[in-house]
Amino acid sequence: MRCHLVDALPQIGGQLSEIYPQKPIYDIPGYPTINAQELVDNLKKQIEPFHPGFTLGERVEKLERQEDKSFIVTTSENTQIQCKAVVIAGGLGCFEPRKPAVERLEEFEGKGVAYMVRNPELFRDKEIVLAGGGDSALDWTIFLSDVAKKVTLVHRGETFRGAPDSAEKVAHLAEAGKINLILKSNITKINGNGHLSEVTIAGADNNEYTIGADYLIPLFGLSPKLGPIADWGLNVEKSAIVVNTFDYSTNVEGIYAIGDINTYPGKLKLILCGFHEAALMCQSAFKFVFPDQRLSFKYTTVNGVNEF
Amino acid sequence: MGIVTFKVENRDKSVKELEIPDDMSLSLMEALKASEYNILATCGGMALCATCHVQVMEGLEKLPIKNEDELDMLDTLPDAMHDSRLACQIRINSLIEGAYFRILGPEHE
Repeated sequence: MRCHLVDALPQIGGQLSEIYPQKPIYDIPGYPTINAQELVDNLKKQIEPFHPGFTLGERVEKLERQEDKSFIVTTSENTQIQCKAVVIAGGLGCFEPRKPAVERLEEFEGKGVAYMVRNPELFRDKEIVLAGGGDSALDWTIFLSDVAKKVTLVHRGETFRGAPDSAEKVAHLAEAGKINLILKSNITKINGNGHLSEVTIAGADNNEYTIGADYLIPLFGLSPKLGPIADWGLNVEKSAIVVNTFDYSTNVEGIYAIGDINTYPGKLKLILCGFHEAALMCQSAFKFVFPDQRLSFKYTTVNGVNEF
Repeated sequence: MGIVTFKVENRDKSVKELEIPDDMSLSLMEALKASEYNILATCGGMALCATCHVQVMEGLEKLPIKNEDELDMLDTLPDAMHDSRLACQIRINSLIEGAYFRILGPEHE
């Protein structure tokens, strides 16, 4: 079998590389302790003889079954991969922008509500409201103050936990009247006719008032979500994919799920268990991909590693 | 071994008293999950996802102060208040005896 790995992150290794590369891990057999990134590097070295392909920085958006039972996997950048079996090793899911509880927020997504700044030119000479108090809220407030007609930053707190330099710059911009800084406040409602035109803000005293806005950019960090996986017809229970522990197959033939993303009676979210699940999945996937071939189980201690 | 007793208010406003042993090095998040509360706790206790967000209605002053990770994560939450905590960062021990927590984070769909 040839394998191709697709990951929304720009590097392989999932949470280990992205979230805690320097944290020690203590439950990998044979390693009393190993740094997360070191484990990923070792695993990468171990799979080298099999020359897997990689598509990184792209998220799988679509999974379409073909007439010959194969799949076409399409990514966010429209890369298409044809394959006979799909293995979802999605971990916590993908990190998506956290959305504040604001009435009609989703209705205006793409019509004035944006959770990230892709093209700052979109905001030129417009009235922008940003919400949040972290680094990205501060950074984009500073950046957009030179681009937009009017920038308002709404923050729930009284102080910022973001970089002190950026917080200071934002305070200076506010003093100079270049931005409108509204502290101890939340956005409660938005309104518009086809496109966002107003944002309602409530202060600490819960008194509401409305200001004009062409765009609202809520910046409240990222939160893990199942994402497009939820739309592939898989049995999902408590945000995890239900699998058969015989081979870690899902309810859809040809789709497997291993690691933290799956669930079954007795499931433990351990890297150790992920390895076991992967081994059993591979045996089953081989039989699915090559139904006419006989698979003889071999030990690497006897046969070595057979490079592709 | 001791038993720690505290109150939990679910999203439907129902309040239950939980009795949890203090010698299992459980976090409040783990105790809530084990008691069948519908909380995501996606990251498993690393203060990374903030999906175990609770509001401390009583007993806030007795809790150990928030560490940097918890402060950073709570800061990103649109609905965090001064009495917000991440349940994964609260240990089950005598300090939460008599406390009252309200579950706020998102639930499984």
